[in-house]
Amino acid sequence: MIHRLLDRFGLSGAFYGVLLALALLVPLLNLAVPEGSPFHVSTFMVALLGKYLCYAMLALALDLVWGYCGILSLGHGAFFALGGYAMGMHLMREIGPRGVYGHPVLPDFMVFLNWKELPWYWLGFDHFSVAMLMVVLVPGLLAFAFGWFAFRSRVTGVYLSIITQAMTYALMLAFFRNDMGFGGNNGLTDFKDIFGFPLQAGATRNAFFVASVAALAGAYAIGRAIVTSRLGKVLVALRDAESRTRFIGYRVEKFKLFVWTVSAMLAGIAGALYVPQVGIINPGEFAPAASIEAVIWVAVGGRGTLVGAALGAVLVSGFKSWFTGVFPEVWLFALGGLFVLVTLFLPKGIVGTLMARCGGPKPQAAVKAEKAETEKRALEQGA
Amino acid sequence: MQRRETVMKQFFRCVLLALLLCFPAAKAAMAATPAELVRELGEADFARKAEIARELAAADAGVAVRVMDAMIAGTFYVTAEGRGVVESGGTYTDVLTGQAVTVADPYGLNQVIANNRLRRDLRGLSASLSLMSPDESLRRSAAQAAFAAHDPEALESIEQALAVEKNGAIRAVLEQARANILLQGGEADEAQKLSAIAILVSRGDQEAINALMRAAGDDSAKVRTAVAEGVETIQSSLAYWAFAQNVIYGISLGSVLLLAAIGLSITFGVMGVINMAHGEMIMLGAYTTFVVQQTIESSAPALLPFALLIAIPAAFLVSGGMGVVLERGIIRFLYGRPLETLLATWGVSLILQQAIRSIFGPTNKAVSSPAWMSGSFDLGHLTLTYSRFWIVLFALLVLAALMLFLKRTHFGLEMRAVTQNRRMASAMGVRTNWVDALTFGLGSGVAGIAGVALTQIDNVSPNLGQSYIIDSFMVVVFGGVGNLWGTLVGAATLGVVNKLLEPYAGAVVGKILVLIFIIFFMQKKPRGLFALKGRAVEA
Amino acid sequence: MSGHGTILYLDGITVSFDGFKALNALSLAIDRGEMRAIIGPNGAGKTTMMDVITGKTRPDEGTAAFSGAHDLTRLDEAQIANLGIGRKFQKPTVFESHTVWDNLLLALKAPRGVFSTLFAKVDAAQTAKIEEILETVHLTAARSALAANLSHGQKQWLEIGMLLAQDPQLLLVDEPVAGMTDAETEKTAHLLREINRTRSVVVVEHDMTFVRALDVKVTVLHEGAVLAEGSLDHVSADSRVIEVYLGR
Repeated sequence: MIHRLLDRFGLSGAFYGVLLALALLVPLLNLAVPEGSPFHVSTFMVALLGKYLCYAMLALALDLVWGYCGILSLGHGAFFALGGYAMGMHLMREIGPRGVYGHPVLPDFMVFLNWKELPWYWLGFDHFSVAMLMVVLVPGLLAFAFGWFAFRSRVTGVYLSIITQAMTYALMLAFFRNDMGFGGNNGLTDFKDIFGFPLQAGATRNAFFVASVAALAGAYAIGRAIVTSRLGKVLVALRDAESRTRFIGYRVEKFKLFVWTVSAMLAGIAGALYVPQVGIINPGEFAPAASIEAVIWVAVGGRGTLVGAALGAVLVSGFKSWFTGVFPEVWLFALGGLFVLVTLFLPKGIVGTLMARCGGPKPQAAVKAEKAETEKRALEQGA
Repeated sequence: MQRRETVMKQFFRCVLLALLLCFPAAKAAMAATPAELVRELGEADFARKAEIARELAAADAGVAVRVMDAMIAGTFYVTAEGRGVVESGGTYTDVLTGQAVTVADPYGLNQVIANNRLRRDLRGLSASLSLMSPDESLRRSAAQAAFAAHDPEALESIEQALAVEKNGAIRAVLEQARANILLQGGEADEAQKLSAIAILVSRGDQEAINALMRAAGDDSAKVRTAVAEGVETIQSSLAYWAFAQNVIYGISLGSVLLLAAIGLSITFGVMGVINMAHGEMIMLGAYTTFVVQQTIESSAPALLPFALLIAIPAAFLVSGGMGVVLERGIIRFLYGRPLETLLATWGVSLILQQAIRSIFGPTNKAVSSPAWMSGSFDLGHLTLTYSRFWIVLFALLVLAALMLFLKRTHFGLEMRAVTQNRRMASAMGVRTNWVDALTFGLGSGVAGIAGVALTQIDNVSPNLGQSYIIDSFMVVVFGGVGNLWGTLVGAATLGVVNKLLEPYAGAVVGKILVLIFIIFFMQKKPRGLFALKGRAVEA
Repeated sequence: MSGHGTILYLDGITVSFDGFKALNALSLAIDRGEMRAIIGPNGAGKTTMMDVITGKTRPDEGTAAFSGAHDLTRLDEAQIANLGIGRKFQKPTVFESHTVWDNLLLALKAPRGVFSTLFAKVDAAQTAKIEEILETVHLTAARSALAANLSHGQKQWLEIGMLLAQDPQLLLVDEPVAGMTDAETEKTAHLLREINRTRSVVVVEHDMTFVRALDVKVTVLHEGAVLAEGSLDHVSADSRVIEVYLGR
């Protein structure tokens, strides 16, 4: 049955379908179904699912650079966290005089540090539009600058991975400092509302959930557009034979830079949606361990498939939530074991292996479609 | 105030003189022994106490100093039987013999109290006694104390001591003490002050600056200029010394980085594999040291000073063994897929950290330092701790041993062959499988040894590895892979640059700057400083 | 087509790898529309010479000019490729994960920018071009096959096809018939002669039968420098060449 569905709609169709179902069902089951009922989805659950979807979006962004460009980024969490901080800063400004110290402008932690006024980089964050701009701009600019230097010098492979790890590590160290003005090791928290809607309220939570679904769908759409285009073919080419691609005349650095920057911006948006749903952003998000966990999501789900990345994120995060509830001390063993087992026995990930096994829709399904198109046209021309 | 004190002193001197002159017979008849003098202290009034102190000084300087210091500190007591004891932390020592005694009735003790005037006199007397003490180290510390106190009253004692002091180093300190006193007194003339300034400038440290600054408001313009110039001279000299100190710190940090990174460089060079569990190999070495020390403590305590030396081969075997297991069990199946290997070893690192946490607990474990590693020594104005000094030496030794191993042994030759051209080496009969396994074991074993060294300067916790892994990567990336010279230069450079930046930018920003520097550096040399060149080494 | 002017000019090119001189003051000139065969024993520097021309390796000394106007020592691989120099490698390096069609599509002369490729659509002219190339390299039937599944000889042809798709003015072909059967070798010689009708070609080869079949001017390289130049018969009779190939 799944086969037939997949054949009919393709993997993409199936994915969109699932997302649509989630967007409709979850709020329904939360708001319309009474609490006692077994079908009720608690507000807590809504936020949790929303969080998973944000992770899925991060995983998708990572898959773009890893699965399609061959860049194993061990620091993508940095872009996620930067987007999160931008959103967090807006939410802090929204608190206004309702903070513990009651200062109309300065957030609590600044009052605590005896600061007299807002630092220049906090200005403007009381406007939602500015914050949203920063959500994409800051990760994007960092990615652009970093990528420009890294790819231009033709750093590849493990070297590149190591310096992405160093990048996020450096950011972590920086954001832990109290005098940076981002809340230090406590981060930003105690958010109250957004656009006047309290963050904890059921309606707001559902709104964020739907927004997360929409964002994930959008990210998927962008990802598909990229990988099914001619650019996507170039990406596969440079992943497999970078040197050869250069010799054909493609400026490989530019292509990598483009995908890298887009990926960073998507990760930033994911982070921005994540923060209101979990209620806090702290420098721990910059830790290399967090970024590397994102990698395992993609590895488990199947890299180079986009759908697999999203699936992997949800599966592993769900597994983690369950596991740390039941056997908290053993979680790290399980996670470590997951890394080892997946790399040894499931290198294509779940979706990748299924695809290879079933001979179903190939990851580059649209390749066939495009070729069929051109052949059809060629026949028409020739006639 | 000075006048009155001088009068007081003179008065006391007269009294003493009178006593000595007027009562020579009585003195001869009453030639009091130290024991009797001490006993009398229990009942004497303040004036008599001062006299007794002087008599004691003439009779037995060592005892006198002990008595006086204890009286100043308020720890001198006389027992009901008339014995003098000094209390220290609940235990009592007999002031005459210096031996520990038990006091049957602590409440029956008679504390010998001193008032401020008496204390001052006693201090001066004690100091001057110390200055002339036959014990050289006592003289040295007394001279330093005299400089620090810059008490004009002590000037005479200092001059007396200078007259007879033979030891050049102590003479210098005495002269500095005198200079310090002269500079602030209204009694010295300009010429004396100028020469005092010169002496203080030659001392050249922060206290000298403080001493000079006290004369900054002097009437004489010449003196004021000399003070200003003197301060400037000292400050620039101090700046050089601070720079040198930071370089020393940098070298020390570099030696730590070298130890941590060298194993990584080898495995990366031979196998093209980045081992994310490398930090945990270091951590295992540190924990091995802890276990070795615990075992020795409980079963053969006599060997304790050698615990570290015994731990070295132990750590090498433990971490090396783990490395071989890792290679045979996981890494060899991922050959040719360096990114997957990176992930798999990350998983192993998580497992190892959690395993150690479960066995030993998450808190720091204490590893003690042997005596020969404690303390520090001075070189000019630099301070070097012994532990860091030994670690630098140790790191260089390890490096030399590895180089010899690589260049002179057969296995080393095979390792180098595989690094440069795996396929060719295999075609020539080198068993690349074994080379891989043993190389990984070697690299991990060296990491274990690094862990032993790190127990002396860092906390032993399950997270130990994580603090060094990123730095190790940076060293390898910067210095070039598979090349021991590269690792040495890389580690030294990064260590020194890090420490030189620290005073200006702070430790965190310094680290960030170093990371940014490396990213830029890779523009020019993507494969590091000492990259392996040639067509065969296309990754 | 015999055009005038030099299309490729190398003068005094020297390349050292850690003390070993791969190229030693190499000087060479190829005329527009010419086909030249480069032969020489192993280590003579043939591949290094190609690396220099295509921008993969920077020479320590010397000049390399394309069409009299472009300094090749200052450009990188992609720029040189876009100028009109195409290279076929010793080992066939096609894109294994792509189909034959996609390989050619990627190689097709078209804007190479990021956004151009993002929004690129295949038009009729391009489709026709690809069909034409498929014809030329005898791969029409295999157009949907994954490049990984082709035979060795087919991969070589595909690579030549990719080269043609780039529409280069100068082709550098490195050992095109290595591993081919006699029949395939014959076909390849014919193919190259066809190509030479509209473009300049430089062929590096070991196979003397093939070089004879090409029937062009031959340059002999030895230890990084030109040893002899002329027709195959002429250089075969040269005593220095005999010494180098056969030894004393």
